[in-house]
Amino acid sequence: MNSIECFNLSKTYRGKGESKEALKNVSFSINSNGVFAIIGKNGAGKTTLVRILATQLMPSSGTAKINGLDIITDEKKIRSQIAILPQEAKPVPWMNPRQNIFSYMLWRGFTPKEAIARADKAIKYMHLEKVAKEKNESLSGGMKRKVLLATVLASEAEIIFLDEPTIGLDPISRVEIWNIIKKLKKDHLILLTTHYLEEAEELADKIAILNNGRLVAMGTLEELRHKIPYQYSIMTYTKNIKKIRASLSGCKVVKGKEKTQILANKEIANRITTLLVKKNMVFSRSPVSLYDIFYYFARTEIGENDEEE
Amino acid sequence: MRRSSISQIYAGVLVNAIYAMENYPIMLLNSMLMPFSMLVVITLASRGALIGVSILGAFISALVSNGILLQADISHLKNDLKLQEMIVSSPTPQINYVLGMALSELVYTSPTLLVLFVLALLFIHASIVGAAIAALAILLIFVIATAIGYMFSTFSLDIIQTWGFAGMISIIFSTLPPVFYPITYIPMPYRYFAYLSPTTYAAEIAQNAIGFISLTPLNIAIDWAVLLAILFVTLAVAIKMSRWREM
Repeated sequence: MNSIECFNLSKTYRGKGESKEALKNVSFSINSNGVFAIIGKNGAGKTTLVRILATQLMPSSGTAKINGLDIITDEKKIRSQIAILPQEAKPVPWMNPRQNIFSYMLWRGFTPKEAIARADKAIKYMHLEKVAKEKNESLSGGMKRKVLLATVLASEAEIIFLDEPTIGLDPISRVEIWNIIKKLKKDHLILLTTHYLEEAEELADKIAILNNGRLVAMGTLEELRHKIPYQYSIMTYTKNIKKIRASLSGCKVVKGKEKTQILANKEIANRITTLLVKKNMVFSRSPVSLYDIFYYFARTEIGENDEEE
Repeated sequence: MRRSSISQIYAGVLVNAIYAMENYPIMLLNSMLMPFSMLVVITLASRGALIGVSILGAFISALVSNGILLQADISHLKNDLKLQEMIVSSPTPQINYVLGMALSELVYTSPTLLVLFVLALLFIHASIVGAAIAALAILLIFVIATAIGYMFSTFSLDIIQTWGFAGMISIIFSTLPPVFYPITYIPMPYRYFAYLSPTTYAAEIAQNAIGFISLTPLNIAIDWAVLLAILFVTLAVAIKMSRWREM
């Protein structure tokens, strides 16, 4: 079983006369295979965290362990066990997918014979046979991402870092990549960063929320739901709100032009739904989504959750 | 598992030379243009008198230019494709990556070197020892150029920045020094400017080794001492300053 443990990881980038704290005392522990998603806004520190864990960047303070090996002192041993698909990576344009995977396998130290066998296996696994000998530059964005995923999964790495793997892809290509990640997670620990919340919801076994370099929450989706005061989301028409306003104390109301979202705990949600049924109003009720949880933590950081309607 | 360093070096040659040559053969012509155009111009201007030294100059120019080009190639793989990030987080040691990439530049230049080799057989009549000394001096200046090219590539944030550096280094390494003609053609006191370039020392050693100029033993010793000192300093600075894992 694979593991990642962080102990007070911090990173400060120093420029000319100014410095930026990208990570602030991040600590967590993951001790099982599966997908661990890190979500956060642009600039939240996701890529910095991944680059530190993938031994590309030294932390300013703190440390981390990958399968029990220290990222500062055991980098060589760690690099045999990890692979990374960086944000905005592209396959080499003048090569074809097979050459791309083959050369990366050579870089990982496999003999040409082993490297070819691994490249062919990955191409088959990813259903890339039809494009295996086409130049990478002629492939679509989704196909290029599949080639890069095939490149990292052809390796022997047990821990794979995927930094925003579906950014800029159309919905169909995105679902294809999700399906591959779902297959991979059975025998890998995949650390995935994304700012697509539905991606984390779909794939992740555990989710961490980074905000301004701080780890503000972590757990399964269900655990995260219980870390905020609201567990249910009720959607109804904005015009209905006036008629039930008296029952909304203790809720968070997010008004839209046409529809309004009411966030509430179980007891209040039950009370409101009973009222909506009695008044014969159209509504839907569901557990709060990762979107709601994420926005709760993001707003708490900037003080917007202080006021409740 | 046991990892093959030869595979890791071969990967650099494959990606940056062999596959690139297969897919963009026009780039081979590009690598020939500079050395051959200078070779033709100097040969015509000297009415054939300097053809031998120009061929030697073309060897130096081709290798130095491609050594410096390493900076742009690595910068492209690092900044545009993020391939270097994938390699840093893999079992590839930095030295094997750099060796593979440097070797790829030699392979990429090989068609040019082959043509020049044939021309050298026809027009330069040097002893085997002389040719070997010239080859060694040229190889050392190639190593210096690649070390500088690699070091700068690790700092570059985009390829445009790289072109700026590469242009400046190219002038210092292959335009300023007298590689296509003997240094005695430069009048005093301007000759001293040529000595600002490490290539001048390599060119003098090579030109002397195959009999185009005649240096005193003291001059030869000084040239070797300066060239080796530059080599060691450059390698030491490159090893110290190059960024593999960023701080």
